[in-house]
Amino acid sequence: MRKKIAFPTLINLFLTFMKIGALTFGGGYAMISIIEREVVEKNRWINQSEMLDVLSISESTPGPISVNTATFVGYRVAGFWGSFFATLGLVIPSFVVILLISFFYQTFLSWTVVQAAFLGIRSGVIILLIDAVIKLKKSVKLSPVTILLFCLTVSLIILSFFFDFSLSIGSFKVSISIILILLGMVIGIVSTALRKGEIQQ
Amino acid sequence: MIFFELFYVFFLIGLFTFGGGYGMISLIQEQVVARGWIDSSNLTDFIAISESTPGPFAINIATFVGSQTGGLFGAVCATIGVVLPSFIIIIIVAVLISRFIKNRFVRGALSGIRPIVLGLIFGTAVVFLIKLIIYSNGPQTFHLTSSYRESITIFLMVFGFYLAYRFIKKKSPHPIAILAISALLGVIIFWVL
Repeated sequence: MRKKIAFPTLINLFLTFMKIGALTFGGGYAMISIIEREVVEKNRWINQSEMLDVLSISESTPGPISVNTATFVGYRVAGFWGSFFATLGLVIPSFVVILLISFFYQTFLSWTVVQAAFLGIRSGVIILLIDAVIKLKKSVKLSPVTILLFCLTVSLIILSFFFDFSLSIGSFKVSISIILILLGMVIGIVSTALRKGEIQQ
Repeated sequence: MIFFELFYVFFLIGLFTFGGGYGMISLIQEQVVARGWIDSSNLTDFIAISESTPGPFAINIATFVGSQTGGLFGAVCATIGVVLPSFIIIIIVAVLISRFIKNRFVRGALSGIRPIVLGLIFGTAVVFLIKLIIYSNGPQTFHLTSSYRESITIFLMVFGFYLAYRFIKKKSPHPIAILAISALLGVIIFWVL
């Protein structure tokens, strides 16, 4: 079943996601309400429960939520080219803004008042990370295993500031974060398999 | 070949970023800072820039590093690299949608990844705190002198604001508010005083 792709639909997808890309500051969960208003309420491309599906898919697959949503909605509306134009639209605003900033970055940073502001901002960024941990901890079920995984990760990341744990395979660097994510994946799958065993017994 | 390297390093970063942008910071330290593409202090500056500009952190950082390292074409390569893994995976998932989310093993893997991502973010916060103390003058290109006491003072003041706001309003302050306050404190303590 091939959907007929209407050209206006592609343009509409492109423009809508360009708007979403331009309006969402800070990224991540902050943009969900804007995406929902545009995609579910205004354009009715997907319904409310499909929106929830998109969010759980986004959480269980790599990449930013907004990119995942753009690709997914684009695909549902107009197949491959739908996802292509939706994702392209989403990326363009940040791409252009950051490109401009990166050209003026060095000049900008040579002013001492800007340097002073950025020395202060280093503290603000740490608070943002702590805030992200506080917000995301709701999605983790507390158990001896998850606490252990959390503590192991924190200690290895801190130690990796002083020692290099990464494995090099050719020029490919398998860093400690990648190893830890793969470890979490394996432990999650193994414990699911073990739970299945318990039920059968 | 720098363009190909930018592409594949950011492809890798895109592939291993779960649960939103900050989870990728430790990876960026390991892959991008270690390659010397940007300075570690520039990374924290950039997190602030990214918070005050539109778009997801992943795209912002890819465009920025790509542009600093390889100009316009570098920015294009890095940005395509970081977007491509989600793009491919989501298209595959969109075809198999319901079976994918309901699969117990997918859910299991996800529940194993979550505490790790949380640990990656918290570990990075601690590393940044250590850096705040060790590199109290900021990047070498900065010509301000400061002691770690001043930086720690700012940190404690912003943290105090954060905790007070959460206690009173029962929600987190907006990221831009946190950054604006810390920037203002930086200007007052390092520049005015």
